[in-house]
Amino acid sequence: MSDYFSIFLSSANFRWVITGSLLLGFACGMIGTFVLLKKQSLISDAMAHAALPGVGIGFLLFNEKNLPVLLLGATLTSLLGTYFIQLIIKHSKLDADAAIGVIISVFFGVGIVLLTFIQQHATGNHAGLKEFIFGQAASLVNRDVQLITVSAIVLVLITMVCFKEFKIAIFDPDFAKGLGIPVSFLNGVLMLLIVGIVVIGIQMVGVVLIAALLITPPLSARYWTDELPIMAGLSGVLGALSGVIGTWFSATIPNLPTGPMIVLVISAIFLISLLFGSKRGIMMKVVQPS
Amino acid sequence: MNALEITNIKVNYHKQTVLENVSFHVPEGSLTGIVGPNGAGKSTLIKAVLELIPKHSGAVKVYEQSFRQQKHLIGYVPQRNEVDWDFPTNARDIVLMGRYRKIGFFKRAKKRDIEIADQCLDKVGMLDFATRQISQLSGGQQQRVFLARALAQDASIYFMDEPFSGVDAATEKAIIHLMKEWKNEGKTVLVVHHDLQTVEEYFDRVLLLNKVPIEYGETQTVFTMDNLERTYGGKISFLERATVLT
Repeated sequence: MSDYFSIFLSSANFRWVITGSLLLGFACGMIGTFVLLKKQSLISDAMAHAALPGVGIGFLLFNEKNLPVLLLGATLTSLLGTYFIQLIIKHSKLDADAAIGVIISVFFGVGIVLLTFIQQHATGNHAGLKEFIFGQAASLVNRDVQLITVSAIVLVLITMVCFKEFKIAIFDPDFAKGLGIPVSFLNGVLMLLIVGIVVIGIQMVGVVLIAALLITPPLSARYWTDELPIMAGLSGVLGALSGVIGTWFSATIPNLPTGPMIVLVISAIFLISLLFGSKRGIMMKVVQPS
Repeated sequence: MNALEITNIKVNYHKQTVLENVSFHVPEGSLTGIVGPNGAGKSTLIKAVLELIPKHSGAVKVYEQSFRQQKHLIGYVPQRNEVDWDFPTNARDIVLMGRYRKIGFFKRAKKRDIEIADQCLDKVGMLDFATRQISQLSGGQQQRVFLARALAQDASIYFMDEPFSGVDAATEKAIIHLMKEWKNEGKTVLVVHHDLQTVEEYFDRVLLLNKVPIEYGETQTVFTMDNLERTYGGKISFLERATVLT
C-alpha cells in the first residue's frame, strides 16, 4: 500500500491528475456560485445526468474511446436535455421540478442502457466507459488532463470577464434589461458554462455527483461571507480543495471512485461551514443572536 | 414638450388581454401617478413600456424618437419585493449598478463611480449603510437604496413601481423630496401608486387605469369621485371614499 502510494506520488501522471482536479474544482466552485444564486442547482444536476447518453453515442459512432468525441456527444445530449426541460415547462402544466425530474431519469436511464449495451456487445476497447458514471481520476491519461486543465482555465476566465454582468442579471434582471445589458445572452453564457464544466468534469467526478461539486462549495462559502467576489473566490478554493483531497484518496486507494470521495470531502466542508461559518453559521447565531 | 408618447399599447398574457387601448402622452417635467385597482395592469403597463415584457402592439416614443434609441434616458425603480434581498452584496454595490452603463460592459467600476454612488447614498440618507449587507436593511432602507441607484443612473425619465408600499415615514419623505427635485430639474416621473389618499398631494397628473385607461389628465380635473367609481367599479372602500372627498 505505501509502495503504491509513493509510486503514485512520484509519477508525472499523478501530478497532472492532481493539477486537473484542482483546476476543475476551482472552476466548478466559481461557476457554481452563479448557478446557486440563479437557483439553477437542479437544472445543473439534470444537465450532468443528460450528458451520459452522449458518452455512449459518441463511443458507438466511432467504436473507440476518443475523449473529444465522447465529450462532444455529452455536450449535445446535455443541451438537448436542457432544451426538453424548457419545452416541457413551456408547453405542459408541469412545474419546473417535475420537468427536471422526468428529464434526469429518462436521460440517465438511456445512458445506463447504452453503456450496458456497449459493455456486452461492442467490439472496440470500451474499458473505462463506466467510469463516466461515478468518475475515476486514475483512468485519466495526460492528454485527458490537459484538455480538462485548459478548458477549466478558459471557463474561469469567461466567468471572471462576465462577473459584473452576471451579478446584475441574476440580482435584478429587469433593471439590467433596462440598462441594455443582454440578460438572455448572459443566461445562455451561464448555461454553456455549466454544460462546459459538467462535460469536462464527468470523467473525473462522474455524471451522478458533479452537480454536488458545483453547488456545495458556493453553499459552504456563503456561510463565511456576504460579498459576492469573496464568495466566488472562496467557493473556488473550497472546490479545488475538495477536488484535490478527494482525487488523492481515490487515486491512492484501488477501485475507490473519485466522485463519491470528492463529495464526501466537500460535504464535510459544508458541515463545518454550516456550524462554524463566520457570517451565518449556527454557532454564530447562538453566540450573537441578531 | 412631451417626454413620452404612448400609443395604443396592448398586452396579452397567456392568450388573455390584460391591457389594451392605452394611449397617453406625458409632458416633460411632470409627476404622473398611475392609479387603479389590483390587477388593473399598472405594473404591466410600465413593464411593457420599458420592453421588459412583450407587448402585442403599440408604440412608445421618448422625446419624439423610438424607445430603443432613447433607452439611455430612462431610469427604473422596480418593486422592492421582485429581487432576492438575500443576495450576497452591500448597499453601495447595488447603487453602483445604476452606473453600469457608464462604467461600460465587462469593465470594472472606477474610484469616480464609487464616489458618485456614495453621493447618491448620502442624498437618501443611507451613506452610513454603504457597506451593510442588503438583507440587514429594513424595507424602507432597501427602497432608499433603490432610489439611490436610480439617482446614480442620472436619467431624464423615471419609472417607479409602487415605491411607497411598505415604507416608513422617513423613506416616504425621501421619495417625495426626490420626486420634487427631479421635477425641478425638468425630469419626468411616472409612479405606480396604490394609496388614493395621497394622490392629490403627490402628483400633478393622473392616469386612472383598469385594463383600459379610464381617464387621464391633470389631477384636479381627473381625480374625481365619479372617475374613481368608474375605475374601481364600486369596489372603493368607505374610508377611501371619505378621504378622497375631503
